[in-house]
Amino acid sequence: MRAPEDLYREMSRIRHFEETVLDAFPSGVFYGTTHTYLGQEANAVAVLSQRAAGDIVFSNHRCHGHFIAYGGDMRALFAELMGKPTGVCGGKGGSQHLHWKDFYSNGVLGSTAPVATGAALAEKAKGSGAATVIFLGDGALGQGVLYESLNMAALWGAPILFVLEDNAIAQTTPRELALAGDIQARFEAFGIQSTALNSSDVEEIGSAAEPLLGAVRAGEGPRALVVQTVRFGPHSKGDDTRDAHKMAKLRAARDPLEILGARLKADERIKIEAAAKAEVQEAFAQAQKDPEAV
Amino acid sequence: MSSVLQALNQGLHAAFEADDRVVLIGEDLLDPYGGAFKVSRGLSSKYPQRVMTSPVSEAGIVGVAGGMALRGLRPVVEIMFGDFSTLIADQMINGLSKFQGMYNGQAQVPVVVRTPMGGRRGYGPTHSQTLEKLYLGVPGLRTLAANTLSDPGALLKAAILEDDGPVLFVENKLLYAKPVLDAETLKDFEVEVQAIDAGYAPTHLLKLKGSPTPALTLAAYGYMAELGREALLRLAFEHEIFCELVVPNQLAPLASQGRLEEALADSLGRTGRLLTIEEGTFSLGWGAEIAARAAHQLGGQLRATNRVAAAEEPIPASIALEAKALPDVDDILAAARAMV
Ligand SMILES: Cc1ncc(C[n+]2csc(CCOP(=O)(O)OP(=O)(O)O)c2C)c(N)n1
Ligand SMILES: [Mg+2]
Repeated sequence: MRAPEDLYREMSRIRHFEETVLDAFPSGVFYGTTHTYLGQEANAVAVLSQRAAGDIVFSNHRCHGHFIAYGGDMRALFAELMGKPTGVCGGKGGSQHLHWKDFYSNGVLGSTAPVATGAALAEKAKGSGAATVIFLGDGALGQGVLYESLNMAALWGAPILFVLEDNAIAQTTPRELALAGDIQARFEAFGIQSTALNSSDVEEIGSAAEPLLGAVRAGEGPRALVVQTVRFGPHSKGDDTRDAHKMAKLRAARDPLEILGARLKADERIKIEAAAKAEVQEAFAQAQKDPEAV
Repeated sequence: MSSVLQALNQGLHAAFEADDRVVLIGEDLLDPYGGAFKVSRGLSSKYPQRVMTSPVSEAGIVGVAGGMALRGLRPVVEIMFGDFSTLIADQMINGLSKFQGMYNGQAQVPVVVRTPMGGRRGYGPTHSQTLEKLYLGVPGLRTLAANTLSDPGALLKAAILEDDGPVLFVENKLLYAKPVLDAETLKDFEVEVQAIDAGYAPTHLLKLKGSPTPALTLAAYGYMAELGREALLRLAFEHEIFCELVVPNQLAPLASQGRLEEALADSLGRTGRLLTIEEGTFSLGWGAEIAARAAHQLGGQLRATNRVAAAEEPIPASIALEAKALPDVDDILAAARAMV
């Protein structure tokens, strides 16, 4: 696994990016919608810091953090949110529909599961050795096509890691109003070995992901990582229906940057923070200067 | 003369032979069964690694094919009955057909989804429909319909090997047993071949050799082109109404800029009358779009237009009731005679 400083830097870049998005949205620089990754940074960084060249990532509506952790360019992502030609997809995809190198996202919940499974099967057929990672929220567990995909992924030994980010809410609907039974048991029912943890500690999540990714790469078939996590911000913008007091407590207890930051030297941490912030500001400023679509 | 079924099967074999990126996914594909309508016969024996007989998961297999295509394979999906094209709608509309556009041209999605449509076999309301009209007009998706005028196998092979976008390939069930027409069978016809926007899917224009100035253009696709040809002959010999028949293989996209494809524009320039013939339900279908384009493009030169299509009710299982619900040659004759 990567050094804690590196993991911290990646999480900090995502944090500053997403804070900038939420802060700047009311000013009208962005267009459309957004779903920020605040609070969940550890998941993407833990898993994707272990990516190898050629690995494939499928993501959902909450994709900025996955994209940045994958190595995506922040200026291009800002520009995409601004609908500009310099954006990741020339402004055509917007916040939820990104494709760059081997990274793909789509805003239709669960619809990515069979596509990711197919991508993994293609890599298996080609013998490329690439692993596919797909990020899904707990809300996607309501989609039937996900279960078709788990079945086929297991049946055909797809080299894919399902990362289920369970933040206990889908838009405004708490998990207990939308989900019966057990999440891990869903994967296990298809014979997909899984690890579940309740953590915002990037190192702990990374350690859990490592053997799963190893098994996927070794051709042992699909694996699943179920992470209970906390969404710090609104679902989109200004639409947080949760109890403010409870959320404040969760933010204090479950901040991935605080958890890992406490293990870093104070001055080192400050330096990394400042550099990440400057990088985000620079990317934002450049994207703002980029030409508009005509 | 080979049948449409044999031609399609040969087209698949030829595509497999030509390019080892071609794979096939679908239900009940394995030999000796070879798919519910036998179009895929022989492939699983010859290419066991490239044929995946699948669970009954229509949406899932189309998504899997989409993912494979994004990663460089050229998958073909068999959907056992066209009626189940409803189940793949999200993958087709919000997935495969969007990837090229929404990812700004940075992705290719060479997937062919083959499926049989159509009734007249007594399969009843959920196994007899002609549903492709639900997909017409979806940006980024090509919809093709096999017929007997051009080799369906060659068309399928071209769709698999040459098209880098998703294709819905419709095969009417009654066509499977029909012969692919050769020059001898068509010797009474003058046949012109064009293509929408210079694509790979031909449109055929048929007229009786030596016939006087035509009074009516018939436009039909798939199995309805068989009935259209029969109607054309009977209108000529029994009623002295001379028609031209336009049969496109490509249902969508239509010609660019809202225009009629050239074969239709040419024919309507001669006849000024358009009768569209389709097995899907009457309203809001393929024929309606063709008629709207004709009205726009021909203006006052378009003297009459009408549509022959299926009744708007679930297709009954009973032979007698089904025959009433679906358009037949008599319906075409009646509509044509009322227009001329
Ligand atoms: C198929 C589908 N239905 C509804 C939506 C609207 N929608 C967007 S995000 C969301 C909730 C997603 O919840 P979850 O999967 O738990 O992810 P989270 O937002 O918590 O990260 C909904 C309902 C959608 N994008 N796709
Ligand atoms: Mg959620």
